[in-house]
Amino acid sequence: MTTTDLIDRPLEADLRALRTSAPADLGLGALVDVGLADRYAPLATPLGRAFVAWNGRGVSWISAAEPAEFEASFRARVGRPIRAADALPDRLARAIERRLSGDRRARVPLDLRGHTPFEIAVWTKALEIPRGEVRPYAWIAAEIGRPRAVRAVGTALAHNPVPLVVPCHRVVRSDGKLGQYSMGGPDAKRRVLGAEGLDTAALEREASSGIRFIGSDTTHIVCHPTCRDARRVTGRHRVGVGSLEAAAAAGYRPCRHCRPVSVSGRAA
Amino acid sequence: MEPDVALATQLARDLDAAFPRLVEAQADRLYTIALRLLGDRRDAEEVAQDALVRAYRAMTGYPPPRIAELRLGPWLASITVNLARNKRRRHDDRNPPLALEPIVEAGFDPPSDGRSRPDTTADRRETKRELAAALLTLPPAVRAAVVLRHVDGLSVAETAEALGRPEGTIKAQVHRGLARLRAQLEARPSAGPPSPELASHAPRRRGPAILEALP
Repeated sequence: MTTTDLIDRPLEADLRALRTSAPADLGLGALVDVGLADRYAPLATPLGRAFVAWNGRGVSWISAAEPAEFEASFRARVGRPIRAADALPDRLARAIERRLSGDRRARVPLDLRGHTPFEIAVWTKALEIPRGEVRPYAWIAAEIGRPRAVRAVGTALAHNPVPLVVPCHRVVRSDGKLGQYSMGGPDAKRRVLGAEGLDTAALEREASSGIRFIGSDTTHIVCHPTCRDARRVTGRHRVGVGSLEAAAAAGYRPCRHCRPVSVSGRAA
Repeated sequence: MEPDVALATQLARDLDAAFPRLVEAQADRLYTIALRLLGDRRDAEEVAQDALVRAYRAMTGYPPPRIAELRLGPWLASITVNLARNKRRRHDDRNPPLALEPIVEAGFDPPSDGRSRPDTTADRRETKRELAAALLTLPPAVRAAVVLRHVDGLSVAETAEALGRPEGTIKAQVHRGLARLRAQLEARPSAGPPSPELASHAPRRRGPAILEALP
């Protein structure tokens, strides 16, 4: 370029020519940040590889489905654009890993927009169940003040968009059977609970012999069978009970930690 | 800015539905502003993306009539300029000023304006690089005025609105900026009338030449 060129083509035109295109990912990045689009990346879980979708508001979807099916079900259920990423953001990945390993102080932000207050109440309550323990559907129903809504609790848990992080696998049937699991059926549920240190075979064996609660004949406290207090009771003081009514009649009071509810769905 | 008025109306009606259209309409523009203010592509990408996010968050707190009245061009430019200023300040704390990064956009050619000869593509790329580097030597306030007025193409009134300065100040700053740019480009060691037969073949001194010409 020469000085004469400068005169031929005014400086203003050269300045105008400094306009350029943004990197392809910039717009999507902004939409993800404000929660109008999502990215997803693989995550290792006790059930093998799963995929986690997230945006600036939090984790929005977890599923073990392969990418094509993952994207299709995400779009159908959530309705936002989604694009694959190489990996989760470091902080989010660490928080999820800590959560899955039982650290309930690890804060995993969740984006649950578009779900009903009832569903969110159910999932929030499920988050309170400690790792390696289970509670019946009726317990969730009683705890959220909807004791008759046991079946609706089951439906809400089946629609949990973020399994494993919201531990719907820790909610079981009131008869002690493990029940359904959205992320791969009863076998997968058995495997996740096993990975959390729960002896599901023993639990199911006791349940099938009619035991619903465990009491201690020294403290006269009655618990859900997997409550950490119940598990501390030594063999010869351990009393299996079929109902809270029977336990109450024998002078047992319900545990303040696991707050057992009777099979009928009413709080004890 | 007719399309901006329509878009502001749509944003006021349904922010989440209309925001992707705002992103599509503004991403290139805000990235350009940030890049020409900062000279670093990664910083520019961060600033432009952040500007869009801030705009969204601001609008979630506005009542719809206020969103509908937004003058999107100057408003978004103003957010971008402010974020670029903060980014530059943080950089200046760590690095000495005037650490110019090369700002060649590989493979990007400006659209032909029909007046230039086809064989001047390389010249125009060179011009862009030198001009972009020269812009970065302007004082920040002058640079912002020139970038908004002549790279982005806002009017004097819109530039004044975006930068929160009187129109007279903008006019003076743009005038001063253009004069300095011309002086710098003409003072380059490679400038000056070349021998006619070598005009398109003579090897040129690349980027650093402009730096040597600076005070």
